[in-house]
Amino acid sequence: MKQSLKLAGLAALMMSVSAIPAMAQEKIKVGVIVSLSGAGAVLGQQARDGFNLAVKDLGGKMGGKDVEVIVIDDELKPDVAVTKVKGLLERDKVDFVVGPIFSNILGAIHKPVTENKTFLISPNAGPSSYAGKECNPYFYVTSYQNDQIHQILGNVAQKRGYKKIYLMTPNYQAGKDFVAGVKMDFKGEILEESFIPLGTLDFQAELSKIASMKPDAVLTFMPGGMGVNLVKQYKQAGLLDRIPFLSTFTVDESTLPAQQDAAIGMFGGSNWAPTLDTAQNKKFVAEYEKAYNSVPATYAFQSYDAAMLINSAVVAVKGDLSDKAKVAAAMKKADFPSIRGSFKFSNNGYPVQDFFLTKVAKRADGKFQTEIVEKVFSNYGDRYAKDCAAQ
Amino acid sequence: MTLTLALVQILNGLQFGLILFLIAAGLTLVFGVMDFINLAHGVQYMVGAYLVAAFTAMTGSFVAGLALALPAALIFGLVLEVLIFRHLYDRDHLDQVLATFGVIIFLNQAVKYVWGAAPLNVAIPDALSGAIEITDGMLYPVWRLVIIAVGLAVGLALYLVVNKTKLGMLVRAGASNAAMVSALGVNIRLLFTIVFGVGAMLAGFAGAMVAPILSVEPGMGDNVLILAFVVIVIGGIGSIRGAFIAALLIGLVDTLGRFFAPTLLKLLLDPSAASQTGRAIAPMLIYILMAAVLFFRPSGLFPSKQ
Repeated sequence: MKQSLKLAGLAALMMSVSAIPAMAQEKIKVGVIVSLSGAGAVLGQQARDGFNLAVKDLGGKMGGKDVEVIVIDDELKPDVAVTKVKGLLERDKVDFVVGPIFSNILGAIHKPVTENKTFLISPNAGPSSYAGKECNPYFYVTSYQNDQIHQILGNVAQKRGYKKIYLMTPNYQAGKDFVAGVKMDFKGEILEESFIPLGTLDFQAELSKIASMKPDAVLTFMPGGMGVNLVKQYKQAGLLDRIPFLSTFTVDESTLPAQQDAAIGMFGGSNWAPTLDTAQNKKFVAEYEKAYNSVPATYAFQSYDAAMLINSAVVAVKGDLSDKAKVAAAMKKADFPSIRGSFKFSNNGYPVQDFFLTKVAKRADGKFQTEIVEKVFSNYGDRYAKDCAAQ
Repeated sequence: MTLTLALVQILNGLQFGLILFLIAAGLTLVFGVMDFINLAHGVQYMVGAYLVAAFTAMTGSFVAGLALALPAALIFGLVLEVLIFRHLYDRDHLDQVLATFGVIIFLNQAVKYVWGAAPLNVAIPDALSGAIEITDGMLYPVWRLVIIAVGLAVGLALYLVVNKTKLGMLVRAGASNAAMVSALGVNIRLLFTIVFGVGAMLAGFAGAMVAPILSVEPGMGDNVLILAFVVIVIGGIGSIRGAFIAALLIGLVDTLGRFFAPTLLKLLLDPSAASQTGRAIAPMLIYILMAAVLFFRPSGLFPSKQ
């Protein structure tokens, strides 16, 4: 009697265990892993909010199924990111991972996620490392290939006839991509390639050097808090009126609340700006500002697009995510109305889109935003796609 | 032109060193007099910056903001001392490190909760916001000159207080032998509290002065804390004079290292590699300096304990 009770209990237990994956299938689970603390916190918050806004616009459902979004903070530490993303894959058994913001975190989580045959959608980081030979059917980027944004600056500097320029960037992979990207189209003299240690907050020594070298323009990639400091100090050093400041990821809506008037007139390269004239964008910017009381930056819109991309794939396979090849094929179609208008994927899962030169301006309501100055590239794909074996 | 640039870089190094001194002065006294390792000292720097940001936004004037932020930073330091640190003086160093590390984490989160994760902006008073032209095209921000002047003034004031007043005598005595000072009938606890409060306020003052040039953000005190420890180790724990000289030394070595290392390496390497390696080596110089000082003078340049 006791034995059979035990057996029955065991059987019941096993049934309940085997029932868990079946239940999990009822929901679409998305893990969002972004930097929510430390220097990149604002970017991560924008990406998280953009994603949540999209899920809200979708009524909390994709392909008729409820969506569960699990947000985690990678703390901008690759080792922490790996541990946490493994939790998403093994404990939460997510269907999609959206993240991260920074390329070095992507380097840490790309392998664990794609080897687990889970789809990874980067709402920001787009390093060259996964665009060529190492391209992967489980990896998609809704932002750009990093070099392209930097290439905008080099292209503009060349077109404007600058003879000698000064480059400044943090000393890590993305900084090296910046220098390579600028050099693609700029053929003049580069006075200095200044690689600054990550986390530097005081640029006065560099600014003194710039003042003495008198370049035609300063081109820089200085994301997050470093950029906030650089922009303020550039203005304080009296350089803004004398030497044009062209930058990537340095003056955008995530940093402008801190830079304010110091950034007015600085140029940037981007695939989007809040003023971009599409119906989806107007709706997105209005909704985002209403919900989060701040002007969205690229991180928010690219994350919004990532959610819409996932939705388009889930709808295409009618909510059945068991056949990964089918899901991958649906993802690659990018069959959704992107906020930026024209958008499709290259064979490597990186976008083909338009790129713009932007300029910082103060709006009538006192807030700051970037505005489009001119289109630099049209329907532009990255140069690594040709090395990707996938078709 | 190169000579002007070198002079300007020396100015930059001085300015950085003086900020470090403001932070390290309190740390070295707290460590020297109380034998208390306070990792949360960097947080005081952050709190000072946030307070000045908040009060400046409230009053619309940096000077008024600073006038309110200083006493607020002092009170904040005293509250921390009474609530937490006072109970740690008799514990061993490991307990102190763990507890004050906890305070860092707590306060970093707390400012994020109150002010948000986005960096705050503090405007320089209009009269001091420009740049002056030293030579043709070579501009120097006025605010940084203000920092240099203020840092030197505070250094002089501290020197006078510590060396010429009765309170200063007690502080010096406490730094070399606290138990003996207590045995002679001095209220050492009160002395501790005063030293702690002033140290916290100086760190807060440093934070307030850099708020207009650096971004005010959570965790901004964590990096300077390490540098402040390097300063007090080089200068000799408990010595204001040592902290002053070591801070200037570090400021100059760091800034001039960043400037000269890439230039010198260009003689050996191609420009791109030199620029990259030079700037990577420069931040190491201060640690190499610390190692060298410790090798020749294990208790620092101006040890206060005999």
